[in-house]
Amino acid sequence: MTSGLITFYAVGALIVVFALLVVTSRNTVHSILYLVADFLAVALLYATMNSMFVATIQILVYAGGIVVLYLFVVMLVKQKSESELASDPRRRNVIGGILVAAVLGELVVLGVSNAISPAAPSVNAPGGVENVAMALFTDYLIPFEVVSILLLVAMVGAIILARREI
Amino acid sequence: MIDAIVLPLLKILVVLNAVLVGVTFMVLLERKVIAWAQARLGPMRVGPYGMLQPIADVLKLMVKEDITPAKADKWVFTAAPMIALIPALIVFAVVPFGPEVSIFGRRVTLAITDLNVGLLYVVSVTSIGVYGIILAGWASNSKFPLLASLRASAQLISYEVAVTMILVSMVVSAGTLSMAGIIDAQYQQGVWYAFAQPLAFVVFFIGGLAETNRAPFDMPEAEQELTGGFHTEYSGMRFALFFLAEYANMIVVSCVATTLFLGGWLQPFPNVSALSFLGFVPGWMWFLGKTFVFLYVFLWIRATLPRYRYDQLMRIGWKVLIPLGIANVVVSAVLKVLL
Repeated sequence: MTSGLITFYAVGALIVVFALLVVTSRNTVHSILYLVADFLAVALLYATMNSMFVATIQILVYAGGIVVLYLFVVMLVKQKSESELASDPRRRNVIGGILVAAVLGELVVLGVSNAISPAAPSVNAPGGVENVAMALFTDYLIPFEVVSILLLVAMVGAIILARREI
Repeated sequence: MIDAIVLPLLKILVVLNAVLVGVTFMVLLERKVIAWAQARLGPMRVGPYGMLQPIADVLKLMVKEDITPAKADKWVFTAAPMIALIPALIVFAVVPFGPEVSIFGRRVTLAITDLNVGLLYVVSVTSIGVYGIILAGWASNSKFPLLASLRASAQLISYEVAVTMILVSMVVSAGTLSMAGIIDAQYQQGVWYAFAQPLAFVVFFIGGLAETNRAPFDMPEAEQELTGGFHTEYSGMRFALFFLAEYANMIVVSCVATTLFLGGWLQPFPNVSALSFLGFVPGWMWFLGKTFVFLYVFLWIRATLPRYRYDQLMRIGWKVLIPLGIANVVVSAVLKVLL
């Protein structure tokens, strides 16, 4: 095994372990902490692939931005007690099972289709600032703008829902 | 071998030690400057003019009893000071202290590394530091630290937006995200960005003050309202780590401000031949000197200005600094295309 493969598997194992800890820890704040660690490990994975731009954006947006808001919400909202959470185990299990089956099924489909026809690497150094910017503002300009509008709509909607009187 | 492992390790060792020693002496400098501003002497007992006071302070903090409150979340309570300090230290990986120099016939860049996304790295790593503050307040399981940590993190997140806008306009001006590249751009364009973009400079410095929770924006530590801030329940070395993190963050902001606005390691007017005799001072001394000026201004402001009210602080952040930051991005982008 080359050293690159060894680091890939080490970091990958780290990601899986943190992800398991996220779903198994009982305390919500601990779970969010493991989520941050997981995002940082993913950023590490990008960094080992020489995509420093994607790695820093991963830290900035996910670890540094979004999860802070999760933490705010969890800290300020009263946590439900254990008994309340387990009130309807049947329904919980069914919904969880459907979600897991959907995700695993999608993974299998992706893996099989990738094995049949491997996707060609699209750009030479995928994580560079220039490459990402060129791709976003030429080939993917319309999807990019559509996503921007979608986010704007979501933001306005959230404000309207949160404050009934404006 | 030497270039790949020994040299980076040596650089890391030197920079880390310099930062930590710098932080301890910053504390002494702060006490001295504030004392002089108030016509006092400041610490005078330990060593000549109190010069050895930091050593006494560090010893005291290390031998103090380390208390964990009974109702605290033990693991998070221990982890929070580390989470606050580590990002403040690893930011120094991309700070360019000087140009390439030759030491014993070997070309050495005076930066631990020069990432091509250096500025973005600074922003993303410092955004992790807020976890230390939030978690310290939450894990203490005590109401004043929780309130203070909410204030601190809300303040940090608000001002981060304005500062990031300013950074974007600097990147537009320089055309690169690399820290060394930004200094080079100032050399090529023949002007320090403090003069080319004075508005950005002012907004960045105010945002930096707020992001490091320094006076007059030291709301999270408002003693009169919140006893001691988010670290009320901490003692001994774990309290010292928060202290270290705050001062290390001040040094980070000063280093970034020096790089972006005062031309980093460049001497004053590097393109004017009449002033080329200033070149006998090595670049890293210019850099440290400019950084020191910023640090001194931090202390000077603390000794001069009273604290803002919390709603005033938020109003300045959202209604003044962020619009100014966005306007600055637009104007500098338009100028960049036109000129």
